[in-house]
Amino acid sequence: MRFVFRSILLLLALACTGAQAQLSIEITGGGANQIPIGIMRFAGEEILSQRISDIVEADLQRSGRFRMLFAGNVDPPPAEVAQVNYADWKNRSADAVVIGSVARLADGRFEARFRLLDVPKQTQIGGVAFTLSAQQVRTTAHRIADVIYEKLTGDRGVFSTRIAYVVKQGNRFELQIADADGAGAQTALASREPIMSPSWSPDGTRLAYVSFENKKPVVYVHSLVSGQRQAVANFKGSNSAPAWSSDGKQLAVVLSKDGGSQIYLISADGSNPRRITNSASIDTEPFFAPGGDAIYFTSDRGGSPQIYRMSTTGGDATRVTFDGSYNVSPRVSGDGKTLIYIARDGGRFQLKSLDLASRQSQLLTDGQHDESPSFAPNGKMILYATQTNNRGSLAAVSSDGRVKQRLSVQAADVREPAWGPFFNN
Amino acid sequence: MRKLFAVAAMMALLAGCASTPVEEPKAAVEDRTPSTAVPPPPGVTTVTPVGPKADQLPSALKDPRNILSKRSIFYDYDKYDVKDEYKPLLQAHARFLSQNRNFKMLIQGNCDERGSREYNIALGQKRADGVKKLLLLMGAQESQIESVSLGEEKPRCTAATEDCYSQNRRSDMLYGGEY
Repeated sequence: MRFVFRSILLLLALACTGAQAQLSIEITGGGANQIPIGIMRFAGEEILSQRISDIVEADLQRSGRFRMLFAGNVDPPPAEVAQVNYADWKNRSADAVVIGSVARLADGRFEARFRLLDVPKQTQIGGVAFTLSAQQVRTTAHRIADVIYEKLTGDRGVFSTRIAYVVKQGNRFELQIADADGAGAQTALASREPIMSPSWSPDGTRLAYVSFENKKPVVYVHSLVSGQRQAVANFKGSNSAPAWSSDGKQLAVVLSKDGGSQIYLISADGSNPRRITNSASIDTEPFFAPGGDAIYFTSDRGGSPQIYRMSTTGGDATRVTFDGSYNVSPRVSGDGKTLIYIARDGGRFQLKSLDLASRQSQLLTDGQHDESPSFAPNGKMILYATQTNNRGSLAAVSSDGRVKQRLSVQAADVREPAWGPFFNN
Repeated sequence: MRKLFAVAAMMALLAGCASTPVEEPKAAVEDRTPSTAVPPPPGVTTVTPVGPKADQLPSALKDPRNILSKRSIFYDYDKYDVKDEYKPLLQAHARFLSQNRNFKMLIQGNCDERGSREYNIALGQKRADGVKKLLLLMGAQESQIESVSLGEEKPRCTAATEDCYSQNRRSDMLYGGEY
């Protein structure tokens, strides 16, 4: 019986995946100091379902940190360094050029290799050969883009990471997972009741979220490996706002079981709840500071919702935001230096960043209803929810505010995005 | 096994990143097999909401001429205090609950769509808690009432107008069997 049930779920999964609308991404701004680069077609890549060079180029372009130089229709494209016309690339002011090749292996799999070449120095900066199956074309291309990005910018690439978000279509809510470029969306949970606040475990194998399937908010942890889900906070009253500790062993959640919305720590399996805030006010939206010894959270204890910081062992909270009468949804960059949050100004809700050392703040977006921000694991981009034509959509902005992207799904309301961790954390 | 493989692939990758590039073309190419980062979700889980079994509800709760058929309390923006005009309504429900101790009530607090979804859960909770507190003062028992929040997730009205917003800033009182 159980087997039959699982089979039905699997069938459902396949059906859903097949019909899935893709997130499409549009870039609406450019960065400064872009690195000029040429991505040449990979020799022999036509034997794959998609061109690796196209996916690599799209990844790098989307980051806003590269200026793509037309690589021409050199036929056949160079497979080896000796065939690269350095003089031509130098004339076109290229800093780097990428060449590659694809070949079919005896066992039916493929080998894709690429070389990243420094044009001024005429040397190789990097090169990797991947063995891949026919289904791993995109994965491999994202890995190649990650290597190129890291070699040239010094920051780790996030092209191989994934994002989670909620799609509302009529009365149907779906928690979906997609690649960072919006491709390959899959549904992890479908419900007739709302789903909100997805939060990735640090190893990327589990999602915590809030589901209203029992007519009230209950916090679940959902394994993306097994598909098993477990209610980890289902106390009397409301259970919401899950946030993972950096070691993945604990969750901070907001419970109303003892009256009012207060922050508790629970083990990832739901055991051992311990209350850490003690106020007669609203305390919610906990977010662990890197290292895990402190949390940032939203509280109206000062008369209006503002962001505070306190030790996870309890004690006094320090107020962090002061400008304006509504500052909520705190998230901190992986290096602990930058706080991002949503600020209300007039009737508009917009994304702001605050340098915690210098106290310098910056407005990053110009929407009306921007909310639910999350940092890319390298801290360079921020994914958030916005509204276009009265419908929820997703957008991303670089942490310096220069590069802007819009992600949309046709004919659906998309909200509650969360950027996942590095895949091999 | 799969995990071990992923760990091995990750170590290979880390080792690869750390090594310095070598001029000799063949040696500069590292062999790797990409493992899928996180295995794709094995299946979509579909959940169907479950509610408590429908009790035999007395007709008084549904009769439009009876005050007990009224279940909603409305609020001003960012406010959670129960206005005086709703006190007779709460008194009637408190009396019903105190005379029918086997009945249970769920109070759902709601907000308009403006602002953070999670902050709105907390705000809706404050609204529902306020109603519960008054009902307890008026004679209902703690074990009869659960106050929860739906935040801005279940709007009754979906246009971005003040008229809609004011309908969505609301607490609803539901008896067991009605939700």
